[in-house]
Parts: sequence; C-alpha cells; structure tokens
Amino acid sequence: MASEEGQQHPLSIYFWIWGLLFVLSFFSYMVDYLNFQGGVRWALILVFMFLKAGFIIAIFMHMKWERLALKIAILGPPVAILVLIWLMSVEGFYIEDTRVDYYGESTFEPEPVHH
Amino acid sequence: MSEAVIEPGGGRGVVHDFSRDKQAFGVPWGKAMMWIFLLSDTFIFSCFLVGYMSVRISTTDPWPVPSEVFALSFGGDPIPLILIAIMTFILITSSGTMAMAVNMGYRKDRKKTFWLMLATALLGASFVGMQVFEWTKLIVDEGVRPWGNPMGAAQFGSSFFMITGFHGMHVSAGVIYLLVIANRVRNGFYERRGGNYEIVEITGLYWHFVDLVWVFIFAFFYLW
Repeated sequence: MASEEGQQHPLSIYFWIWGLLFVLSFFSYMVDYLNFQGGVRWALILVFMFLKAGFIIAIFMHMKWERLALKIAILGPPVAILVLIWLMSVEGFYIEDTRVDYYGESTFEPEPVHH
Repeated sequence: MSEAVIEPGGGRGVVHDFSRDKQAFGVPWGKAMMWIFLLSDTFIFSCFLVGYMSVRISTTDPWPVPSEVFALSFGGDPIPLILIAIMTFILITSSGTMAMAVNMGYRKDRKKTFWLMLATALLGASFVGMQVFEWTKLIVDEGVRPWGNPMGAAQFGSSFFMITGFHGMHVSAGVIYLLVIANRVRNGFYERRGGNYEIVEITGLYWHFVDLVWVFIFAFFYLW
C-alpha cells in the first residue's frame, strides 16, 4: 500500500490513534490511581502497555504498511529478549532464595517519606 | 539474463552479496538504517529493564512503592504519580504532532511541517524539564542515591537513574535532532534537493521510538 511518495495516509487515522493513546494512557494511570493489586494489576498494566506499543509501531511508525521483509527483520529479533527475561527471572529468584537462606530475611526499616 | 551467473565465494562473496544493489525492504536506505539503529536501541533498553527486573526480584529488602515515591502535592493531599502521568501525556501529544509533521512533509507543506516539528521539539524539551524537576526532588528532598535510599532496596536508585537518565538523554538528543531538521525544512534545504521529505519520516521514527520506550518504562518502573 506504500505509495511512490512514501507513507501518505488520511489524517483521520492519526487523530483516531492519537485519541486512543490518550484513553489507554488514562486507563493505565487509573490502574495505579484506583489501586488495583496483584494479578489484576499486572494483567491490566501489560494489556494497556502492549496496546499502546502496538498502535505506536503499527500506525505512527507506519509498520502496518511496510513490506513483510522489513517487519520480520525489525520485529523478529526482539523476541529473543523473552528468553533473556525468562533466564534472568529464574536467576533472580534463585539469588533471592540464596540470600534468605544465608543472610536471613531483610531487617530493613523504611523511614517515612518526606514530601 | 537467462545464463547462469557464477557467484564468488568466501570473503569476496560476502562483499558481493552486500553490494549487489538489491533493495530488500522497499524503503529508502536512510529509513532502513534508522530502523536497524532503533532495533539495536531496543536491545540496550531491554538490557536495562531486564537488569532492573533482576535486582528487583533478587533483593530481599522491600522495594520502594513508586506510587508514593512519585506522588506530588499541589497544596492538598499528595496525588500518586501525577507528574509521571503529565509527562506521559506530553510525550503522547508530541508523538501526535510528529505524526502530523510527517504527513504534512509528504504533502510538501513546508510551513506546517516546520511548525509541527517545532511544537514536537518544545513538548520534548518540556518533558526533559519535568524530568529535571523529578530528579531534583528525588535527590534533594527524598535522599535517593544510586547506592541507597531511605525507603527500601538500595537498587531502586541505581535502576531509576540509569533507566530514566538514558531515556532522558534520548529525548534531549531527539529535541536537537528535531530542531536541526525543522530548521532545514524551513530554510528550503530539502526543497533545493528535489523536495524529498523522507527525512521527516525518519526523524519521526526516532521520536516515536522515544515515546515507545517511555510506554515500557512507565509500565514496568512506575506502575509495576
């Protein structure tokens, strides 16, 4: 769909996505403001994050209209990061367990925050 | 060309393959290079965020609650994360003006492209300004240091300064980049070179990427 003169699309699609990003950002702020906790909080954060990231890449960065070769070359490699995340979280939990085993539970006492 | 071509092998083959003048992606080379740069930048930011994840998981001390640490009071009760929310909206607004600038560039509307790019740069600069305010408040008022803080795990400070500092550096560089290109749009630099405004889209890619990274920082550092 990319025309000879580069990426030309009707302005309306940008306004739509712009508005949508505002709404999604508002929702993700509300996740904190309304104090959701635990699994619901994490799920909501991730959903809004991926929706926002997806719209920015697809529409604002025009990835939707690029050739498949470019999509694969750019969006494919970051998948490897998932492996890094998995490895480092396994490692992180192991280190935490080792610390608790050898040094005991934390004795840290937070001071009140002054504003 | 129906006859079989003998392709060179070894080192000559590598040079041959990379210089054979074939377009793989169907985009101008500048745009392909910007995408590849952004891909490498994705890995850098990912490493920072994964490092932050590691230290946050492995520490046994309580992690400071970002919602409280970054609360701001305007005379009354502190509102959680309010400055961060404002910064998020500013960055999204600037992404919108940038998208408009790219569109106006392809319509060869120099004046509108220039003003929209300038607006984007100013919004970016105000974002950096708010970040300076946020850092000052954290360092001076709340005693957060890269090696410790009064609220909890010592790793909080180092993760925070590293991740937001690197992002802020990207925004600052983006503001300079935008101003340079906007000025060239204004003074007719691209007009004299055949009126090709592809560069506006390439600049836009960088700017949207900065916004994209903020989406992830906002989710993982401030909200999680």
